[in-house]
Amino acid sequence: MTLTAKDVAEIMRLLEQSSFDSLSLEIDGVKLNLQRGSAAPVRQPAASAPSAESQPQPVQSARPKAKLPSEPGLAEVASPLLGIFYRAPKPGEPPFVEVGSKVIKDTVIGIIEVMKLMNSVRAGVRGEVVEILAENGALVEYDEILLRLRPGV
Amino acid sequence: MAIRRILIANRGEIALRLIRTCKALAIETVLAASEADLDSLPARLADRTLCIGPARPADSYLRVDTIVQAALGVKADAIHPGYGFLSERPVLARLCEQEGVIFIGPTAAQIEAVGDKLRARAEAETAGVPTAPGGAVETVREAMVLGREIGPPLLIKAVGGGGGRGMKRVDRLEDIPSAMELAGAEAGSAFGDARVYLERFVEGGRHVEVQILGDGNGRVIHLGERDCSVQRRYQKLIEETPAPGLSADFRARIHEAAVQFTKRLSYRSAGTVEFLVDLERDAFYFLEMNARIQVEHPITEAVTGIDLVAEQIAIADGRGLRLKQGDVRREGCAIECRINAEDPARDFHPSPGTVRTAVWPSGEGVRVDTHIASGSRIPPYYDSLMAKIIVHAADRPTALERMRRALAATHIEGVATNLAFHADVLSDPEFNTGGVDTGYLPRFLERRRLVQEARAHG
Repeated sequence: MTLTAKDVAEIMRLLEQSSFDSLSLEIDGVKLNLQRGSAAPVRQPAASAPSAESQPQPVQSARPKAKLPSEPGLAEVASPLLGIFYRAPKPGEPPFVEVGSKVIKDTVIGIIEVMKLMNSVRAGVRGEVVEILAENGALVEYDEILLRLRPGV
Repeated sequence: MAIRRILIANRGEIALRLIRTCKALAIETVLAASEADLDSLPARLADRTLCIGPARPADSYLRVDTIVQAALGVKADAIHPGYGFLSERPVLARLCEQEGVIFIGPTAAQIEAVGDKLRARAEAETAGVPTAPGGAVETVREAMVLGREIGPPLLIKAVGGGGGRGMKRVDRLEDIPSAMELAGAEAGSAFGDARVYLERFVEGGRHVEVQILGDGNGRVIHLGERDCSVQRRYQKLIEETPAPGLSADFRARIHEAAVQFTKRLSYRSAGTVEFLVDLERDAFYFLEMNARIQVEHPITEAVTGIDLVAEQIAIADGRGLRLKQGDVRREGCAIECRINAEDPARDFHPSPGTVRTAVWPSGEGVRVDTHIASGSRIPPYYDSLMAKIIVHAADRPTALERMRRALAATHIEGVATNLAFHADVLSDPEFNTGGVDTGYLPRFLERRRLVQEARAHG
């Protein structure tokens, strides 16, 4: 038995109609490898059971972008933890820092609360506070930018 | 109360699978993701993603306070822990109970009751569920006495254990002291609990587990069994339902045992009771209970048509069990293959990296649970599960054929996988006959190695 061009065309048509992406056939030493949709290698992982759903293309970060800095060369202070960010030591007290505050490395710029445990956040660099991004009492994520500093002032 | 927003405290395929059911139920999802998973498919499909910490699980997925703080911070009504990570840590369940966040799973007390394997054994005995001969051993002397009584081969197991860690097989009584020391040390470092117990090792045993759902008020139903005997170092690789070759009577008895065991606990949510089946003696023994949704739950979903996660959510929401035992019908046969990013040629070493191409199978009776698409990264910090391919058909031969085709239609480039290994098992006559024991895979691997060696020497 040999494969004619017509057979191959017929096999291709069958593959096209099937649910499979590829077909390998070996008859009497003749090897036929067919693959469909090679232009679009990502296919939907269709499911008969509860999970059928669109499968998006790869992949951008889900992390929301922080507001762009108002000037170049600013240093960022990021949250070391996920938690609730507080700008002041206690409600009603003045904030640790304001825009324009001068800080050194060890200046506390805020508090992150994780289940009633208070963690102070330090500036990390000497400089002047230029922007405060995180809101008082808001949930901040790990590595979320809390504020920006103009270093070395 | 109605659950409207769920924090998903997990990653990978199970995170995506949970998100899908939530979407179908119009429940909002917030994914708690580590830094390494911010680009993942679950992170993009969740309604919101929170970065909870660095990649290392100890700094993110295992931080109980952070997870609960995240749930409170986004006003989530409930937390779904998935499997692994914090799913069976009583501390998370307890903190949720204290903070008024619904934990989608059992109570902290239930997790504790079954997490301590000796306590679980005692619970089983009280419920009239058979356990393998054995018991607690505190000293080597006690172990020697009990070991002599039961007779080898024996298993030394960790009281706080699971997944094969802290488990040692002993074939000669004189090996008990060294094996006990090793098991204790392993258990101590893995679970913070060095206590061990002794059990008879059942040669030729099969791993059969029963899926149950409980409402937390003493009502429990079962959704049939799964055979997970194809294991390598206690890691399951292929699961199927129904378990091949069990008589209707045996099946009914093992289902009933699982229901009895969980009823006594007034178990809440989805759970699995694992048994060791010794068909030669027409016996089964309680192994342990897993108080969580399991990796292999989709094969049960395939044959029953029941969405287990949706039932978990309904129970957590106080709506109780929506199904009666008589409503559960099981049709046909379902098989799951776990596709891992690991290299069988290098003793199944994990193979993290970037997946250049991922083509998954589709079609009638084929379900793929995966978080991997072309371009996805497999970080080195977590387990190597890439996907679960699940097939369902009217009978076992058709399901096997469907799985062979599904595996052939799968193409992964960029990382090593165990795809070819699965294909080999699926074409192995012994596996095709069905009803293999837990010793099957090591034997199969040895045979395969010999064949490959013979080929290499031409």
